Amino acid sequence: MADTIAEKVEFELVSPERLVKSQSVCMVVVPCSEGDIGVLPGHTPLIGTVRPGVVDIHENGKVTESIFVSGGFVEVTPERCTLLAEEALSVDLLNRDTAQARLEAAEKALEKAETDIEKGNAEAEIATAEAMIMALGGGPAH
Amino acid sequence: MPNLKDLKNRIDSVKSTRKITSAMKMVAAAKLRRAQDAAESARAYSERMETVLRSLAGSFAGREGGPKLLAGTGADQAHLLVVFTSDRGLCGGFNGSIVREARQLIHDMKSEGKTVKLLCVGRKGSDLLKGEFGGDIVDAVTGIGGKKGIEFSEATAVSDKITEMFEAGEFDTCSIIFNKFQSAMTQIVTTSQLIPFTSEEDEDASADKDGAGGELKAAYEFEPEESEILEVLLPKNLGVQVFQAMLESSASEHGARMTAMDNATRNAGDMIDKLTLTYNRSRQAAITSELIEIISGAEAL
Repeated sequence: MADTIAEKVEFELVSPERLVKSQSVCMVVVPCSEGDIGVLPGHTPLIGTVRPGVVDIHENGKVTESIFVSGGFVEVTPERCTLLAEEALSVDLLNRDTAQARLEAAEKALEKAETDIEKGNAEAEIATAEAMIMALGGGPAH
Repeated sequence: MPNLKDLKNRIDSVKSTRKITSAMKMVAAAKLRRAQDAAESARAYSERMETVLRSLAGSFAGREGGPKLLAGTGADQAHLLVVFTSDRGLCGGFNGSIVREARQLIHDMKSEGKTVKLLCVGRKGSDLLKGEFGGDIVDAVTGIGGKKGIEFSEATAVSDKITEMFEAGEFDTCSIIFNKFQSAMTQIVTTSQLIPFTSEEDEDASADKDGAGGELKAAYEFEPEESEILEVLLPKNLGVQVFQAMLESSASEHGARMTAMDNATRNAGDMIDKLTLTYNRSRQAAITSELIEIISGAEAL
């Protein structure tokens, strides 16, 4: 049974602006809204929402790359894992000050928000900024 | 016989026009490449989004109580038309063809007794439609795409506005009209429906997916529930569609401007040639008549 399943899973990370990453990986851990999902080859087909957090790419049992995503969707098939993220940047490029500034700006926006949509946007922005800070601080998620 | 000095001035001015148009052509070519790259790399996202959405909508089809963005309001009395044009002119028939199509659509819908609302993206669209449909324009968005190109947040700002109006019950259906980029020479005026959601190639897609992907599609697990995912995904899809339209439109704009400026440069060249010929002819004529005057003057002595 084991040899009928491919050894690698095709991981694709797409942001609206471009295709961020497309490579074969051993495993990828995606922060879904109801808990992190580790995608190995042969995973059950699944569609889920992604919360702001860090995607870890595992090669041979080690994390080779961590990418921060600000939420989106993931589509998993046995051979493939496609992550549609609104925003994606390498964790190395994250910066505490900018994340903090974003958080403050978002909090201000929430105070000023009048419509439900504006409120929703501001809340999403706060969650993103908090997740960024968490990713930097090596918080409980990592 | 035209005045020599006037001709000279005329030639100089056409020459400087040619310089301007050829510079504009260069700028448009450089921008075109960037816009084209952006449009093409964004296609990946919207295509995948469409696949996910289609498999979701497929599993929802025929069921009652789907989200309104998918099912519509059940009426089609009021229509919102989002028109994508450029902010600036000098790009050939780019804006004209969009506006012509939009005008046609509006007339068709009005003659069916529907109300039409307009949301213009790009200054030219609202300028050109203001005269006839000024009262129908709900908003005009200008200044899309700064130095860094078009950003996704600019698209979501527009799509949020659309969602907000939809939720307030201001319209029942919504479609966008924009120039789809084919090549620098050709842009295709495209109309596509945003609300309620329809996948364009619904039928062919399900036809050729039935063999391979049919079972797979049914087997998807959803986390969280399908309806919850749809509720987030549909507004997001609006944003993506608007973004894609903006990118296509901007690539088309630069393509159209490049072609228009190329033509203008060539025409200016032709004009300079013609004027130079006239200039030389009249110069020679002037010399000849002067000579005749001198010779006949000498003979008279």
